[in-house]
Amino acid sequence: MSTQAVAVTPRAARVRPDWMRGWRRRETLVAWLFILPSLIGFTVFYLVPAIRGLYISFTDWDLLSTPTFVGADNYRNLLQDGDFRHSLWVTLYYVLLNIPLQTMLGLIIAVVFDRFVHGSGWRSLLLLPWLMPNVIVALLFLWLLDPGLGIFNVFLDAIGLPKQSFFGSVGQAMPTIAGVNIWRFVGYTALLILAGMQRIPKDVYEAGAIDGASETRMFFNITLPLLKPVLTFVLVTSVVGSFQIFDTIAVTTKGGPVDATRVINWFIYQQAFERFKFGYATAASLILFVILVIVSLVQMRLLNANESDLA
Amino acid sequence: MVLKSRMTRRTFAAGALAAAAAPAVIKSANAADSVEIKYMLWDSNQQPAYQACADTFTKANPNIKITIQQLGWDDYWTAIQTGMVSGDLADVFTNHLAKYPELASKSQLVDIQPMVDHDKVPTNIYTGQLADLWSRDGKRYGLPKDWDTISVVYNADMLTAAGVDPKVFDEWKWNPKDGGDLAQLVAKLTLDESGKNGLDPAFNKSKVKQYGLAMGLGDPYGQTGWSLFAASTGWRFMDKPWGTKYNLDDQRLIDTMTQLSSMSLEKGWMAPEDQVTSLKTESMFTAGKTALVFHGSWMINWFGDNTKFKFGFGRLPTGPEARICMFNGLADSIWTGTKHKDEAWAWVKYLASPEAQDIVGTYGVVFPAIPAADQKAKAAWAKKGEDVASYLDQAQQKDGTFLFPIADHASEYTSIMTAAMQSIALGKSSPKDALTKANKDVNKLF
Repeated sequence: MSTQAVAVTPRAARVRPDWMRGWRRRETLVAWLFILPSLIGFTVFYLVPAIRGLYISFTDWDLLSTPTFVGADNYRNLLQDGDFRHSLWVTLYYVLLNIPLQTMLGLIIAVVFDRFVHGSGWRSLLLLPWLMPNVIVALLFLWLLDPGLGIFNVFLDAIGLPKQSFFGSVGQAMPTIAGVNIWRFVGYTALLILAGMQRIPKDVYEAGAIDGASETRMFFNITLPLLKPVLTFVLVTSVVGSFQIFDTIAVTTKGGPVDATRVINWFIYQQAFERFKFGYATAASLILFVILVIVSLVQMRLLNANESDLA
Repeated sequence: MVLKSRMTRRTFAAGALAAAAAPAVIKSANAADSVEIKYMLWDSNQQPAYQACADTFTKANPNIKITIQQLGWDDYWTAIQTGMVSGDLADVFTNHLAKYPELASKSQLVDIQPMVDHDKVPTNIYTGQLADLWSRDGKRYGLPKDWDTISVVYNADMLTAAGVDPKVFDEWKWNPKDGGDLAQLVAKLTLDESGKNGLDPAFNKSKVKQYGLAMGLGDPYGQTGWSLFAASTGWRFMDKPWGTKYNLDDQRLIDTMTQLSSMSLEKGWMAPEDQVTSLKTESMFTAGKTALVFHGSWMINWFGDNTKFKFGFGRLPTGPEARICMFNGLADSIWTGTKHKDEAWAWVKYLASPEAQDIVGTYGVVFPAIPAADQKAKAAWAKKGEDVASYLDQAQQKDGTFLFPIADHASEYTSIMTAAMQSIALGKSSPKDALTKANKDVNKLF
């Protein structure tokens, strides 16, 4: 039976040549072939787990026994969970510490490189922190900033300033983590912005220069407006990434001290892997997902991402 | 966190050897069929000792091959969990008191009581109540392999410099009102940058060069710190094992935390919590930042390997009611998903037997659960130059220990109490406020 089916198909194809041979059709087929590998990946690793996640979020499940359906209980409990709300605020605080400074510094570095520093050697230096694995970066700073043995405190002490506890202090922990991640990502951000700047035609600047515009004026009236699509991309991706901060915290503070760095992802991790409440944790993940979709849409709308003055 | 390095691993009993030191032979349909039993443990220091047990065991049971897998504490519990879910976990693994109730409630641990009864394995040969810790409602989830207690670890050079004889540890006292001898000694051992000690009126607490004591006050169980002081006032976590009500808002615990935290927050004699959190007390000790720490017997070899100066172990201070510390013990458990339950049981039974515990004892890595094997461990340590009598004396002293507060909801407890104790240690809230709230939150779980 199966041999028959195999034999039949090619013959049918041969009978209808335009159907298979039309170049449009073939191009579409090739396109699908190219998309296929990532489509399989997307389906297996994202789509199916996401749909399954949606189901899990309506259950009480400890990973080892069969899930029991509990309706919207998880969501209802989450909304009343003070720890969950606290983790949302803590995450927002981190994003506010992280993104504005990181983007601004990235922009400044990009301008400096675009206008004054040339040569790819210097540019690759920008990427060095980004090439290091997050965990290594976190460990590195954990030791550098250690209140007892860290070299940074030795410097502070040497110039007469009091030692700081950084990761160990309720007030300093989050700014310290934000600082570490700014250090790691600012070069990458700068490089993306730099690439955007180099798309801007040089004659625009020449025209500006002939008209007697200063560097500052050209930055605000030429560079910034023409950079909008790239800036939008940088902001959307870095804000989404920032909301999902996890690794630095897992390595350094583990949500402490006194829950000062218990961001939403750490909350989710604790619920799932320390308390075996997978349904509850998945519901929290889905809330995070919804928040991120809204944040991204608002950002794109505010920045009119689809419009570029260059087009 | 605290629990992490705590336990040593002990062996299980293999039935065969237990009774007569004559290894029992496991019945197998076909003697030529070799069965592999995978065994997991987290303390790499103990691996050689258990490999030796495995070799002896396989000699007696040629059809059972033991493969030991070692993973560090953090990876260990993740691997246990994922192994259970994926259906590919070691047959036998070293278990911890803070972890096993949850695993047992999810039907992941074999109840070995029927096998204990069948093979008439004695459960009264172990130190204190170690065997009882692994039993609940008539079911048993492990046989004891080891125990641990706490001692004070001192930097001998710093003691000499301060003119203190280590003999003080034989008879020193603590109370929650003014800290007693302990507070005086800790103050004396604290030096600021100009060399003035903590008792000097001109002592500058913001420029401390050497602390008298480092203690992880922010720990949820306070195994190597606050719990031994609180217990010395007569306080207990709960009134019985498997209790459903914690006594965390008890005045005695509040007073204890007030006295201990004042030594760091007000006096500057005890290392600040932020330093302790990042470095751990043991590293502060080996780095010469503190003269004293309280630590567990599972750390004896670590101190031996990492300390570059003369140091020693001393007895705990005596509190208003007792000289006491937490008593904790590991056991080996069988996973319900094992395909070779009989062979796994044979290995567990062997590890808890006098023969295996003697082998482990001779390695001097941990105190085995059987008293006679402890003497072997003590002798092995003596050969390495460590006098471990303070740990052993504490375990053998009448009413010298209280049991780890075994209960359900350990992971929630840990999370609530870590935040509460950290906020006390960092001076963010008063012991009364933090503990009253924590007690309410914890007891709500039951």
